[in-house]
Amino acid sequence: MGFLIVQFLTGLSDASGLFLVACGLSLIFGVSRIVNFAHGSFYMVGAYLAYYLIGYLPLGGLSFWASILISGLIVGLIGILVEVLLLKRLYRSPELFLLMGTFGLILVIQDLSRWLFGSEDLLGPRCPGLDGSIDILGTLLPQYDLALIIIALLILLAIWLLLNRTRWGILVRAATEDREMLAALGVNQSLLFTSVFFLGSFLAGLGGALQLPKGGADLLMDLNVIAGAFVVVVVGGMGSILGAYLAALLIGELSAFGVLVLPQSTLVMMFLIMAVVLIIRPYGLFGKGKSGEYEYDEKTSAPIQPASERLKLAGLGLLLLVLLMPLFAGDFQLVLMIEIAILALSSMSLYFMMGPGGMISFGHAVFFGGGAYAAALLVHHLNTPMELALFFAPLLVGLLALIIGWFCVRLSGVYLAMLTLAFAQICWSIVFQWSAFTGGDDGLLSIWPSDWASNRIVFYYLTMTLCIGGILILRHLVFTPFGYTLRACRDSALRVDSIGINLKRHQWFTFALTGFFAGLAGSIYVFSKGSVFPDEMAIPRSFDFLLMVLLGGIEALSGPVIGSAAFIWLHDLISRIHFWQLILGSIFIFLVVAFPRGIAGFLDNRFGRIFSNHIGPRA
Amino acid sequence: MLAVNSLNTFYGKAQILFNLTLAVQAGEIVALIGRNGAGKTTTFKSIMNLVPAESGKISFKHQSIYHLPSYKICKQGLGYAPEDRRIFTKLTVMENLEAGKQPPRRDFKPWTPEQLFELFPNLAEKRHQDGGTLSGGEQQMLTIARTLMGNPEMIILDEPFEGLAPMIVKQLARTIRKLKDQGVSVFLSEQNLNVARLICDRAYIIHRGSIRHESPIDTLSSDQYEKYCSV
Ligand SMILES: Nc1ncnc2c1ncn2[C@@H]1O[C@H](COP(=O)(O)OP(=O)(O)O)[C@@H](O)[C@H]1O
Ligand SMILES: [Mg+2]
Repeated sequence: MGFLIVQFLTGLSDASGLFLVACGLSLIFGVSRIVNFAHGSFYMVGAYLAYYLIGYLPLGGLSFWASILISGLIVGLIGILVEVLLLKRLYRSPELFLLMGTFGLILVIQDLSRWLFGSEDLLGPRCPGLDGSIDILGTLLPQYDLALIIIALLILLAIWLLLNRTRWGILVRAATEDREMLAALGVNQSLLFTSVFFLGSFLAGLGGALQLPKGGADLLMDLNVIAGAFVVVVVGGMGSILGAYLAALLIGELSAFGVLVLPQSTLVMMFLIMAVVLIIRPYGLFGKGKSGEYEYDEKTSAPIQPASERLKLAGLGLLLLVLLMPLFAGDFQLVLMIEIAILALSSMSLYFMMGPGGMISFGHAVFFGGGAYAAALLVHHLNTPMELALFFAPLLVGLLALIIGWFCVRLSGVYLAMLTLAFAQICWSIVFQWSAFTGGDDGLLSIWPSDWASNRIVFYYLTMTLCIGGILILRHLVFTPFGYTLRACRDSALRVDSIGINLKRHQWFTFALTGFFAGLAGSIYVFSKGSVFPDEMAIPRSFDFLLMVLLGGIEALSGPVIGSAAFIWLHDLISRIHFWQLILGSIFIFLVVAFPRGIAGFLDNRFGRIFSNHIGPRA
Repeated sequence: MLAVNSLNTFYGKAQILFNLTLAVQAGEIVALIGRNGAGKTTTFKSIMNLVPAESGKISFKHQSIYHLPSYKICKQGLGYAPEDRRIFTKLTVMENLEAGKQPPRRDFKPWTPEQLFELFPNLAEKRHQDGGTLSGGEQQMLTIARTLMGNPEMIILDEPFEGLAPMIVKQLARTIRKLKDQGVSVFLSEQNLNVARLICDRAYIIHRGSIRHESPIDTLSSDQYEKYCSV
């Protein structure tokens, strides 16, 4: 009995921790519609700051709580800085670019923290006065767990009072409904947004500082908590604080008891819950219809146009270069080219989903890694030759995409994106934990091409044929009736619906296509590397693909190819430098601020006329 | 008090307002009359900079408010009640009023919710109800009351009578005249000449984005009205 109560309280304490990270995120999203990926980084900074402050503040027993509060405040100020200097410029950009900007922030904060706080994992100090345990019917529960439960409830209450009992809260709630009207009523929404961002960041910093005695501080915290925080926010319904609390509770308790039944469930429980909730309630527990919808900004989405003659010529020139490459390039360049081609195909398939398809995916690695694993498993368990593996693996992944897509296309916007993340995470943890079949953490080794293709140059041509072929097919699809319908769906779902086009079925098919081609890329990848590890399916890999697409810009068809090349080139170039994340992050931030349409969009803007058919006045 | 000069406004590439010029003096009730799609709403939105104009001059109390952020225009004393009402549906009536509140103006007794409830008795008993639960007429009253909470010197009402029962129209018309007596100038839009006659001092007729006619309401002939506004 005592054990069950303690288990329940442990779940509640975990839930409280989750809520502390998530509530600020939800608050910020509710008002500004900003999906702040750097929220986890703020959390991490809060933990580090508190760690050092506790050591320095000469306040005796009080210094623990004072440090936590001050850390929260400092992080809040950092939030203001970020909002005023960066995010304010991006409010009018498509949501994707905001996303990319906050991605950049993650990288920058990561390296700055390494520099400021060092890369050692820090063990959290104990909380004075609350460092013991209490005995509940024979089972021990740390006192600090109880404290966290109470603090979370107090913060929930405080936010509720702030939102419902103050003028500031009234304005914030009004702003979630109709910002423009609020401005016409004399409210400076810019200031209001900044204040909300301050509060949200403050809460993130506070959350990080508060969990110090439980988890310490390390440089992996940012990415470790952000996925969980998003799950809580999405399950609760974006913008709903109470929803976030209930979602955290649901996840905390089900995980606490799920572990007792099925010990392997820890890694997936959270994502499983999210998948189930979103399938039943597409906008989360407390979410309301439209909020969180990704609205394609018409002003920035120039229609995609077929390449002009000159552009085609340039493409042909590039193709020729690729074909002749083995004549003059060394092994290293060929390997690099192979990798670029594979990633370009994979990001092209993601682009197909995000650009023309209008669906953001945070879980693209499930298709890429899925292809790699499908091929590797076929070879490993069935001794399938490479040719057949390259044929069947993409089909298997296409099938997987049909299953995942069937659930996902019922949602839209951020919710859809989060569901893709959930499925990716579920698949990843299956691969990770089912060692007997997949090799688990050790991966699958010795997956080599057939003899005839084991020569580097032959494999190069094989890769180029498949990848460029795939890219051209996807490109061609954009201009078929299917592609036109898809874009029409994206730009005006309602209108398309009313003329009887089945939007969902088109999107579903898009999923399958995306899965197939990403799977193809993945299966070539595994033969080029000779091995595959669960990392290829993990969240950071999905983010890599997202970055490649964002880097290239979603306005131009050539974007993914340029983006992948740029990504690999930058990665290769600057990963030799000490603080490469700082540089890469700054580049991202600079790019979104300077070229809100992406690199390819920028090139098109700037030099488009060189390639355009109509130079000068038309007759 | 409000002067608009050669205003041109576009939605994307489509020009909606063409060299639109008009003026409203202090203490007047002026109507902007035009049929559906004539550009009344666009005119108001351009004045409030909710749809930034392409060119032109807009001044209020002799100071340019052209391309000023909307909230600053409001703070200068120009209130705006949109045609689609845009009540905050999840806020109570009282909270809606609070959202519209601005610091009191000099030489001007600030509006309080109690005074506004006297002016709009229907709202009084629903003060703790969510805005979304009000009827169309009540929402219209709330929009105006909310704008008045900003203590405006002039109030812009976009088709305030649209969709209201005749009884309510008369009641609202009386209320608007009371506003004038309390020193608030009113600039409103209307499609129906008879309704405009109920309350206005002067009228502009707008057609296809520019002013075609201007006169005191008493001398505005039905012919003039028919010419531009008959459907
Ligand atoms: N958001 C918009 N985008 C494009 N055109 C618009 C938009 N809003 C209004 N219009 C067009 O502008 C013209 C004037 O509209 P509006 O100012 O709303 O007229 P009124 O208020 O007099 O009915 C109409 O032709 C209408 O179709
Ligand atoms: Mg109108």
